[in-house]
Amino acid sequence: MLLIHCPYCDETLPEAEFAYAGEAHIVRPDNPADVSDEEWRDFLFIRNNLKGPHYERWRHIHGCGRFFNAVRNTVTDRFLTTYRAGERRPDPESLPEDGQ
Amino acid sequence: MSRFRVAGRGRVQQDRPVCFTFDGQTIEGCAGDTVASALLANGRHLMGRSFKYHRPRGPVTAGTEEPNALIGTRRGEGQFEPNTRATAQEIWNGLDTTSQNKYPSLSFDVGALNDSLYMLFSAGFYYKTFMWPRSFWDKVYEPFIRAAAGLGVSPSEPDPDHYASRYLHTDVLVVGGGPAGLAAAKSAAEAGLRVALVDENSEMGGTLLSEPQAEIDGNAAWDWLAEELATLDALGVRIMTRTTAIGYYHQNMVGLCQKLTDHLETPDPDMPRERLWRVRAQQVILAQGGLEKPLVFHGNDRPGVMLAGSAQTYLNRYGVKVGDRPVIVTSHDSAWHAAFDLADAGADVQAIVDTRANPRADFITGAEKRNIEVLAGHTVTGTRGRLRIKAVRINSVADGKVGAARTLTCDCLLMSGGWTPSLHLFSHTKGTLRWDDESQTFLPDRKAEACQIAGAGRGLWGIETALNDGAAMGAAAAEELGHSVKATARSVQNDRTGSGVTHTELPTDRNPSRTKAFVDFQNDVMAKDLRLAVREGMRSIEHVKRYTTNGMATDQGKMSNMNGLNIAADALGKPQPQVGLTTFRPPYTPTTFGAFVGYHKGDHFDVTRKTPIDGWAEENGAVFEPVSLWRRARYFPQPGEDMDAAVSRECRATRKSLGMFDASTLGKIEVVGPDAVEFMNRMYTNPWTKLAPGRTRYGLLLGDDGFIRDDGVIGRLTEDRFHITTTTGGAARVLNMMEDYLQTEWPDLKVWLTSTTEQWATIALNGPNARNLLSPFVEGLDISDGAFPHMSIAECTVAGYPARLFRVSFTGELGFEVNVPARHGRALWETLFEAGQQFDICPYGTETMHVLRAEKGFIIVGQDTDGTVTPYDAGQGWAVGKKKRDFVGMRALQRPDLTAKNRKQLVGLLTEDSRTKLEEGAQIVLDPNQSKPMRMVGHVTSSYHSDAAGRPIALALVEGGHNRMGETVHIPMPDTVVKATVTGTTFYDPDNERLKL
Repeated sequence: MLLIHCPYCDETLPEAEFAYAGEAHIVRPDNPADVSDEEWRDFLFIRNNLKGPHYERWRHIHGCGRFFNAVRNTVTDRFLTTYRAGERRPDPESLPEDGQ
Repeated sequence: MSRFRVAGRGRVQQDRPVCFTFDGQTIEGCAGDTVASALLANGRHLMGRSFKYHRPRGPVTAGTEEPNALIGTRRGEGQFEPNTRATAQEIWNGLDTTSQNKYPSLSFDVGALNDSLYMLFSAGFYYKTFMWPRSFWDKVYEPFIRAAAGLGVSPSEPDPDHYASRYLHTDVLVVGGGPAGLAAAKSAAEAGLRVALVDENSEMGGTLLSEPQAEIDGNAAWDWLAEELATLDALGVRIMTRTTAIGYYHQNMVGLCQKLTDHLETPDPDMPRERLWRVRAQQVILAQGGLEKPLVFHGNDRPGVMLAGSAQTYLNRYGVKVGDRPVIVTSHDSAWHAAFDLADAGADVQAIVDTRANPRADFITGAEKRNIEVLAGHTVTGTRGRLRIKAVRINSVADGKVGAARTLTCDCLLMSGGWTPSLHLFSHTKGTLRWDDESQTFLPDRKAEACQIAGAGRGLWGIETALNDGAAMGAAAAEELGHSVKATARSVQNDRTGSGVTHTELPTDRNPSRTKAFVDFQNDVMAKDLRLAVREGMRSIEHVKRYTTNGMATDQGKMSNMNGLNIAADALGKPQPQVGLTTFRPPYTPTTFGAFVGYHKGDHFDVTRKTPIDGWAEENGAVFEPVSLWRRARYFPQPGEDMDAAVSRECRATRKSLGMFDASTLGKIEVVGPDAVEFMNRMYTNPWTKLAPGRTRYGLLLGDDGFIRDDGVIGRLTEDRFHITTTTGGAARVLNMMEDYLQTEWPDLKVWLTSTTEQWATIALNGPNARNLLSPFVEGLDISDGAFPHMSIAECTVAGYPARLFRVSFTGELGFEVNVPARHGRALWETLFEAGQQFDICPYGTETMHVLRAEKGFIIVGQDTDGTVTPYDAGQGWAVGKKKRDFVGMRALQRPDLTAKNRKQLVGLLTEDSRTKLEEGAQIVLDPNQSKPMRMVGHVTSSYHSDAAGRPIALALVEGGHNRMGETVHIPMPDTVVKATVTGTTFYDPDNERLKL
């Protein structure tokens, strides 16, 4: 079981308290009527499915209830960092080296 | 005393006899024996039959890595366990054990016929033998495979034992209680850390239990062990025996299975049988030691052929001589010690066969002293003896040529192919391995978790080395945690270190295709199977493994992986590291389902949510059904009624006069805040701005993909407060979705969402007399049709309880839903039920609710929709706000796929014979005479007998259904084809006259 740091509670807690919520930093267009069918398709369905550091959303569903963002290495299943929703995407270079 | 027990040797209590049964025969052993050691003490090696060829087998090891000696154990009623390793199961008076894979008896087994049919069962036989003729499949092959499949016999009775689970947080977890683990635990404990030390054996000590000759700092090994354990205990180390580390998971979580009662004659009935521990350790020290490798030669699986190190364990730990006339065959120094120990215990060692040309001089001297013949530079090319080895065939090898054969008689053959570090747990962490050319084995390399590997686990052999490495690793772990401690150095006399060489198959003068040289004993995989797999094109070790099943048995390749790798690498002509090792996965040893299930069985398996009115339903004979986690009253049968009769009566009573229904499970969400209406506009398809406080509206919720997710009636209580209802199963999902949009897309909106599902008990009253019943109880509100029309909401008092009253109908009848605080639900229900007697009030369940709503064409999300249905498909375009700038799902409704013609649309179906009720889920075709496979244009989503319509009715999703009104479609069933006419979805009171009361 993973341990996950909730950036709102500022506590590291068992995975069972959290729920995965898909890839992060996918912005819903402010005025959907203005975007093309292709753009809306991409917003709905196209995901990176990365091997390596993956920006993704989690919810502390059995805790504070907040959605937050995380970078997790999909190869090692390690969390590199977690941060609050709305904060800038951290630069991959700034993240701790995996496995440390 | 048993014939093969050696007086004065071993740690078993020779003065305490223990009797158990094996295949019905009473066997006497000693307290401290395992089933295997007790049987061996009685001269019995034959303990089982192999899986595929049913070859007679005896124990090859003395530990949990045992592939052969698998038995069934019965401890009492329902307490049967198959595939228990006889080498690990401790005996007690009355234990009942049985051998496996034999019929009619262990010594005569008809399944052994397979042994002479090798060509049918060679590598990949699953893919070859049972392929043709096709017609043999049903009658011959499948019954054969089913009869032969499976190891042991599954228990057939409920398990009466209980199982526990616990968490443990500790600074350091040490896995393995041998010299390395003991020393590591001591270092860490001396550093002031919390330490847990676990070992799968019944006592701590590991190798020390098998090597009493060693002297540690001048003390005899066993005395030192006892003192050391007392010291660890005094230092506060948590010492857990019979506890297997079954898996090593992320962030240093290790799963432990602690066996508590299997070794006890009269366990405390309140004691759990096993306890699963989830340990979170700051540092893990793996001190799991090594495993001895068998040698691969013709007939290496006969009862009596055993690993030399295990024979040494039987002698020194259990006081059992595994035979009177052993022959030793080895490629490693360690087996020489076993030979000498046995000779010194009175065995007549026939010969030591070493595959190496020049064994150590001191060994030669030791053998001479004991009158043991030494055959250096020799190979073993065969064995004889059906149920027990009788003789071994030896050949000299010179310059790669196998010389003349010679036969030695014996009653056991002890082999050693060297030692392999036990890397299973390390591999669970995805730590990488490095091939070590010198020792011809994999060693741990890059670590992926906060762990240290000590002793034989990283290829360091000998007690002194293990003790000192363990102490150093314990100190290293302490260092990582910011504690400093000096590792104690120890010196060991009579230590047994050594070296050896590695082989694939031993050299032989036999035709390799007629050689039965086993690599995986449990799965009956032979060396020639591995070579065949490579010849047939398998290149990856993972493919070789799956094609041959090498390493796939319950011992997880503990015996077979390295030999399998060496042979596959040889066949491929590649060095071992290029061929690679298969992945070890948890659990380390087979673990009971009970341990994993723990407390979560029976009523504790899952949550059963019950409404405040559930007790009344139960007392009044309701039949329940599960709806998500809830249990809901499905119908209330009267004596003699089946479901159809009860539902028919409940429907009639409701439409005629009055029905009452427990709707408490409806999801409820309170939406509050200055931006509540804007939030509602963005979430739901419907417009909310003009909905006045005190009014309600049917709300439709889509995903951003445009498909229906949920629906429910929503009331606006005040300008800034909405009372949402959701489907019973959708409540949590809907709240999660709303929170997602609120927190991450529209964080600027001032809105608060609260789940109120369990705050309210909800009682639905439906029928022409609904108001007549309710009126006298309502205070503070005029509920006449004029003052409180259909789709109204208000706060008031009902029977003295504060209430939110909806006027709403999911049946098509005049209806009210009374929400009162949950604690008053049952009292209000009983009050209304009693008062309702004058109107012949009828409590009804979910089945009647389904029928009544279907008669009106009201959809159930998840039944009439399946995640691919838009509001337009469902005929609910009227619920979509046309003038809105945006709502969740709005943009997607414009996508070409969602506006395409011929989408599946919700329609009604009436069977043309007016009698047949369609099957829910049945497929629909346009032309029943087309060839198969037919083109299916939709399926039946809801189907009931309708009392109101006087006939069966159905809802269905049909391609282009809205333009097929009046057309005939066909529903092919196994025995007939049903014709049905496409209709609208309203089967009763199309003009809603009955709401206008």
